[in-house]
Amino acid sequence: MLRYVLSRFATFLPTFIGVTLISFAFIRVLPGDPIIVMAGERGMTQERYDELVVQFGFDRPILAQYWDYLTGVLQGDLGNSYVTKRPVWDEFFALFPATLELSICAMIFAVALGLPAGVIAAMNRGKFFDRTLMSTALVGYSMPIFWWALLLIIVFSGNLGWTPVSGRIDLLYYFDDVTGFMLIDSLISGQDGAFTSAVRHLILPTIVLGTIPLAVIARQTRSAMLEVLGEDYIRTARAKGLPPGRINGLHALRNALIPVITVIGLSVGTLLAGAILTETIFSWPGIGKWMVDSIFRRDYPVVQGGLLLIAVMVMVVNLTVDLLYGLINPKIRKR
Amino acid sequence: MSLLRLRNLSVEFATTGGRFRAVDQVDLDVDKGDVLAIVGESGSGKSVSMLALMGLLPWTAKVTADEMIFDGHDLSKMSARARRKIVGKDLAMIFQEPMSSLNPCFTVGFQIREALRIHLGMDRKAAQARALELFDLVGIPDPEQRLKAFPHQMSGGMNQRVMIAMAISCNPKLLIADEPTTALDVTIQAQILDLLVRLRDETGMGLVLITHDMGVVAETAQRVSVHYAGQKVEEQPVRPLFRSPHHPYTSALLAALPERATDKRLPTIPGVVPGQFDRPQGCLFSPRCPYADDHCRKVPPAPRGPDLGLARCHYPLNTDERLAS
Repeated sequence: MLRYVLSRFATFLPTFIGVTLISFAFIRVLPGDPIIVMAGERGMTQERYDELVVQFGFDRPILAQYWDYLTGVLQGDLGNSYVTKRPVWDEFFALFPATLELSICAMIFAVALGLPAGVIAAMNRGKFFDRTLMSTALVGYSMPIFWWALLLIIVFSGNLGWTPVSGRIDLLYYFDDVTGFMLIDSLISGQDGAFTSAVRHLILPTIVLGTIPLAVIARQTRSAMLEVLGEDYIRTARAKGLPPGRINGLHALRNALIPVITVIGLSVGTLLAGAILTETIFSWPGIGKWMVDSIFRRDYPVVQGGLLLIAVMVMVVNLTVDLLYGLINPKIRKR
Repeated sequence: MSLLRLRNLSVEFATTGGRFRAVDQVDLDVDKGDVLAIVGESGSGKSVSMLALMGLLPWTAKVTADEMIFDGHDLSKMSARARRKIVGKDLAMIFQEPMSSLNPCFTVGFQIREALRIHLGMDRKAAQARALELFDLVGIPDPEQRLKAFPHQMSGGMNQRVMIAMAISCNPKLLIADEPTTALDVTIQAQILDLLVRLRDETGMGLVLITHDMGVVAETAQRVSVHYAGQKVEEQPVRPLFRSPHHPYTSALLAALPERATDKRLPTIPGVVPGQFDRPQGCLFSPRCPYADDHCRKVPPAPRGPDLGLARCHYPLNTDERLAS
């Protein structure tokens, strides 16, 4: 098992270097000059411009700039934002809990509904429930996120008035960040109605962000279950006289989980990407919105650092998934 | 009353090309301590008839039988829930591919204890003790360690022993072995067959051995039921069957044994088992039978009397020999 873990870790490093290279190159390929953007409409003198070019190190060869960046990153220094002058690291972790909270809720929503739905669909293959569920999932998967979000806002916030339109909590409540998670902080604050307000603000963004993963997980669970249900060991389980609930829920599901966990892991990447749209629509103060703003400002360190941190998150999740494979199916541990 | 009594068992599969009859009016009896071999080529419905008995066929299969009586219970009239109390406990089955028949996600110990806990309500400790005893019984060395192993960590022969241990864990009255040695090495084959026969001797359970290997039949079985294209074409005790087969198909099967070949070339049966779309009108074996005439091709034969091995044939073989003796 230890060797398995180490071999997984070994693949981590090249990916990490690759991501720093891509994020570094990506923002520099975009047209636009951060110094001119900083100057704004007033503009600046050529002297001041040249001074800033030297200050930011843009006069040095591109490889030297990358080397500086890479050595900085390896020492834990992601640089400071050109705009706010604050360390990227601090800005990221001030906003990240909001995104994480939303993503976790969306993921719980998607797994809690998608997994049972897929299992039940597979057990009722070809019947009404299966067909309805799978067509619904296809619609959910194909729907543009922004349109779905607006639709929900119109119906539930506009017409019915059940949920708030935007933000993380009503302005009535104010309390300090403890964990950065609104659900937890509102509970700690002990203010009446704060927690309910936080939950009500979370509902629509969670549904919007969780819809695509939900559809993917439901469909993947169904197809994995169908494949597994045709296996010889399922026939053995039935020959042992086990009840159907145990056969489907234990013997089949455990084997079907491998592909399902893979798509769950991949969905995490989609979630963080999808968070950019969802956060923009619901004015959710997370890293998605922050990244979009930084790209418009050509804030190189923020875009580089943000991309890198998101990539590392996705890598960590996928590493966890790899380790989970071994836990679920002992056969994989050996390889 | 026999332990297992099947009368007029038929299985039809709903396919896109219409109904396909995989098992056609089969009668079978097995007594306690009996070893019945069911032989026939691939596609003769041997496995399907036994899977139907176990209730393991997919929903596309329609099983009908006048009687499907096991140990006094008519399985065809029972609810699925009531049937699960018998299947896996008194009526057990092992399969052709031991490697894929065990769940790769669980240790073999878990899979054995599971059956014990579900059927006999044993607690963890009792189930563990019984599992050790079973591993000992089926000849798995170092049982304590092996119980913790996963199926992929063991050989095919060991896994088949695990399957057997699992099948006999609740002292079944009847064990169905569906080509248990096909996927194994020849040396291991003999060991597994010896084990099955020894277990039969020790526990007195009935044993149904599905095979297409006549050598296996000769060594282990007491009675042989020959199946062809879903029908039972002949049934006899093993010695008379080998000495004087009545159905031309049985005779052809025996002639194809390498030990019996007199020529340089091994005799074969030309053609293949008829499938869904090329079922002949009369006797199902008539297109491949060297003795068939127009009567055979038009009129399906009914089973003959017990003295002719219940042969489904208009012109049974070796009738003189019976008269002579």
